[in-house]
Amino acid sequence: MANQGLPIWEVFIRSKNGLEHRHVGSLHAADAEMALENARDVYTRREEGVSLWVVESKHITASNPEHQGELFEPAQDKVYRHPTFYKLPDELEHM
Amino acid sequence: MNTQDLEKKFQDRIDAGEKIEPKDWMPEKYRKTHIRQISQHAHSEIVGMLPEGNWISRAPSLRRKVALLAKVQDEGGHGLYLYSAAETLGISRDELFNQLHTGKAKYSSIFNYPALTWADIGAIGWLVDGAAIINQVMLTRTSFGPYARAMVRICKEESFHQRQGYEILLTLCNGTEVQKAMAQDALNRWWWPSLMMFGPRDEESPNTAQSVKWKIKRKTNDELRQQFVDNTIPQAEILGITVPDPDLKWNEERGHYDFGAIDWSEFWNVVKGNGPCNKERLAARNAAWDNGAWVREAALAHSEKQAKREELKQAI
Ligand SMILES: [Fe+2]
Ligand SMILES: [Fe+2]
Repeated sequence: MANQGLPIWEVFIRSKNGLEHRHVGSLHAADAEMALENARDVYTRREEGVSLWVVESKHITASNPEHQGELFEPAQDKVYRHPTFYKLPDELEHM
Repeated sequence: MNTQDLEKKFQDRIDAGEKIEPKDWMPEKYRKTHIRQISQHAHSEIVGMLPEGNWISRAPSLRRKVALLAKVQDEGGHGLYLYSAAETLGISRDELFNQLHTGKAKYSSIFNYPALTWADIGAIGWLVDGAAIINQVMLTRTSFGPYARAMVRICKEESFHQRQGYEILLTLCNGTEVQKAMAQDALNRWWWPSLMMFGPRDEESPNTAQSVKWKIKRKTNDELRQQFVDNTIPQAEILGITVPDPDLKWNEERGHYDFGAIDWSEFWNVVKGNGPCNKERLAARNAAWDNGAWVREAALAHSEKQAKREELKQAI
């Protein structure tokens, strides 16, 4: 039987409480339950996490790298959004 | 932008040390080379489970058995990380398996040699995983993001593989004369095939230059092979066994070991399918795939049934 039947899932792991879930890779599974079980075996054999998320890859909408410029370049000339843009005297502490 | 400009921009990104991600523009040859290399690597991990898996039920102690079981499971995991990385380039898992099962795809020739004694399990961990580690550490800095990330994960897991193998040989070498002879015999059989794992000599591998330019490889086959020999000889000395190479000697001037000529006719013969276990390995993979079909079918049928039941519940 074709593996096309088994959809691709993306796997996210929270390595410990207090940290966000991070993408670690993907796998094939028939449903969410199987995806979770497979994720446990494939990605957490050495206590890599305390929580797992799985989401079917087709549900992720990704930005197109060709639109990288129009999406992200406008932020480049907005240096005034960074604290270092503001010139303050050296003697000023803790700001 | 025309292809030439795109290629120039692509090379500039590589030269600047940027990583390439799956949806980025890339030359067709870069994509194809990666699909081939990553899938060969994945197949090697999966087929590599076979010679060792054969010894799990015959491991001499529970300690050895859990270690070997964990190692073989890791290799399965490595295969899965790598298949996922290859899939990001637009090839399906199905097609990848199909290439392996029909014999169209290659995997590392080392796994076409048999594991005849328990000492072979030690030699495989020490030498085969040792050689793989040298290659894989280099690949953690490869230019394609998903491949590099898979390598980081894999390298973290490999070190235990090599150490458990070396410990097996250390125990045998500190044992009876018969046990030590078994370790020596394993080294005799695995040494040359391990050196061949790095691939043909630099002058015989025409793709190396392009691979280095694209930062797929960061070192040549011969450089990696030399590094392996330099690492391994002192380790053999600690074991008190010797590699089967009368020409091996330390070269003070080069600061490296010189070693004898590799029999490349043996290498090409195994690559072409005539190694001791080529047919057996392919048959085992095909059997595993075919015998697992009902599990995949059942899992899918179950998920479809669950989904329908869920739909019905919501309709009510
Ligand atoms: Fe591995
Ligand atoms: Fe390994």
